[in-house]
Amino acid sequence: MSDAAQTLIPTRTMRDRIFEAVLPPLVALLVSIVAGDLLILAVGQSPGAVYRLMLEGTWGNAYGFGQVLYKATTLTCTGLAVAVGLRAGLFNIGAEGQLAAGGLGAALVGLALPAGAPALVAAPLCMLAALCAGGAVGFVPGVLRAKWGAHEVITTIMLNFIVLAFLSWTMSTQLRVPETLHTSAIHAGALQRLATWLPSFHGSAANASLMIVLIAAILVDQYLFRTRGGFELRAVGLQPDAAENAGISVGRAWIRALTISGALAGLGGINFVLGYEHYYEEGFATGAGFLGIAVALVGRSNPLGVVLAALFFATLSQGGLAINALVPKQMVDALQGVVILAMAASVPEVRRLLASSRKGVR
Amino acid sequence: MNWITAFLAQTLRIAVPYLFAAAGGVLAERAGIISLTLEGFMLGGAFTAMLGSYYSGSPWIGALCGIAGGLVLGTLHAIATIRFKADQVVSGIAINLLGVGLTRYFLKLIFDSSSNSPRVPGFSAGTSSSSLVTGLLHNPLIPLGLLIVPAVAWLLYRTPFGLRVRAVGEHPEAAVTLGVRVTRVRYAAVALSGALAALGGAYLSLDQHQFTDGMSAGRGFIALAAIIFGRWDPMRAGLACLFFAAAETLQIQLQGMQAIPSQFVQMIPYVLTIIALVGLVGRAVPPAALGRE
Repeated sequence: MSDAAQTLIPTRTMRDRIFEAVLPPLVALLVSIVAGDLLILAVGQSPGAVYRLMLEGTWGNAYGFGQVLYKATTLTCTGLAVAVGLRAGLFNIGAEGQLAAGGLGAALVGLALPAGAPALVAAPLCMLAALCAGGAVGFVPGVLRAKWGAHEVITTIMLNFIVLAFLSWTMSTQLRVPETLHTSAIHAGALQRLATWLPSFHGSAANASLMIVLIAAILVDQYLFRTRGGFELRAVGLQPDAAENAGISVGRAWIRALTISGALAGLGGINFVLGYEHYYEEGFATGAGFLGIAVALVGRSNPLGVVLAALFFATLSQGGLAINALVPKQMVDALQGVVILAMAASVPEVRRLLASSRKGVR
Repeated sequence: MNWITAFLAQTLRIAVPYLFAAAGGVLAERAGIISLTLEGFMLGGAFTAMLGSYYSGSPWIGALCGIAGGLVLGTLHAIATIRFKADQVVSGIAINLLGVGLTRYFLKLIFDSSSNSPRVPGFSAGTSSSSLVTGLLHNPLIPLGLLIVPAVAWLLYRTPFGLRVRAVGEHPEAAVTLGVRVTRVRYAAVALSGALAALGGAYLSLDQHQFTDGMSAGRGFIALAAIIFGRWDPMRAGLACLFFAAAETLQIQLQGMQAIPSQFVQMIPYVLTIIALVGLVGRAVPPAALGRE
């Protein structure tokens, strides 16, 4: 984010702000459709047929839609995590490790609790563990940035590898069920599948985590835009020097932002561990952390936008499976990269165009 | 003596892809463009090198195709970050995802496999029983990898182009007033970094005579760690690469003894990088204009 553009905020009209928020995702969507067309044509298929198949396999039936909801749940968490960081002017690239840590945290508590523990006690305890484990991983780069000025982009990347190696070591020494990559099943804290209430979702992995994560998104929205703490984070994100002068401790705000960010990513672990398989497995959500960056960008670091963007990327991911008969499903992996690149390139471009059109008016 | 020879030979082999990627990364970072892209450049280079070797039957053509693949991805990153002023971190992540996605897609499309390519002509590194020198010379990319770091150091510190790269990375405004074309220098540095890192990837696929999905396996990030640990100096980054490779070799050779869990050895580059950033052993200070427009 360029500082120059931020100082323009007071002069921007409501219309400009809406354009600035909505245009880049539309441009990115357009570019990715064109890129998708090219990849589809390369196989000799018709883009229209492929996109129709993609929609039918995702939003067209209950199972596919359930899978979209399941994938979107994890992505919402990692997207919110990155969004909170971005609001404070920090780039959390560590969601990958935080998510895994959260998953293991939830599983450890689920394993430690006795089998008969009531769900109303056990599930919140497991979630708390996920939040704490992810938050702890996020806390470290926060402190490194606040106390020593170590840039969070690098430290969070490095911590991803450190955390994943550490988790792999704990798994290999004691937790792993022999011949597998997962722990034994948790005794307590499991969440219901959506199919329990809506039988048509039968077979899909969507579960009650969805509701919890939606509540988390609402809370994040309230926190960012309705509380003093959230205001401080955003102030620090916009103008750290000005915030410091206004009496906000920038270092503390950084630590807080990255801890919350890590906790949100960690919460994503419950979707797989408590809601789906009921055990922790190494690599259970590989890539979801990095994709969270895409989700936060397309969602413009706004909780509602993040939920919508998570649905979009989940549709893309599940849609890949639906079109596999016509086009290699790996196409969607490439499209994710295209969306992010187009998004990154169009944000400053749109801002510049809007600024120059303002000048023209004056 | 035999053990030491084997240890050194294996260390060099492991270090070569790091050296290529770090040499490229140093160039881009010294020009002020963040090098989170190295992983994607390597993977792309590994794939196009395999492709070139597959169709031409010559690993030399393969290596050239690897360079071409890196140039394409590097130029894409340059256009996004320089022309469109895209956030360099975001663009870097996009390039990495693009590397993974495109190689998977075309692997499936061309070879109908989601895991690996067929066997292609490559540079054989000789058998482990051959002597250190002849064994390593079998694969021309190994000596090239060892030379690339001093070459980049020479380019950066002894040539007009290097001076411009450093000026652009430290103080672009001042460079402009001296008549340096900032944009052009950055384009060149980033494209070159793509080509160099891709050669590191080409080494991987040509050494193993095939491409496997995700074969860069985080090496681009280890190279980035080496750059930071080497404080953005090519020679020191090169030494860091050798050090990280030596630790990895030690871990492989000690595997049977269970002395240290392998996961802790894997952590070494990352932990050291954080320590370097925090400044416990001399502070690592990045180029002043790194990541700025």
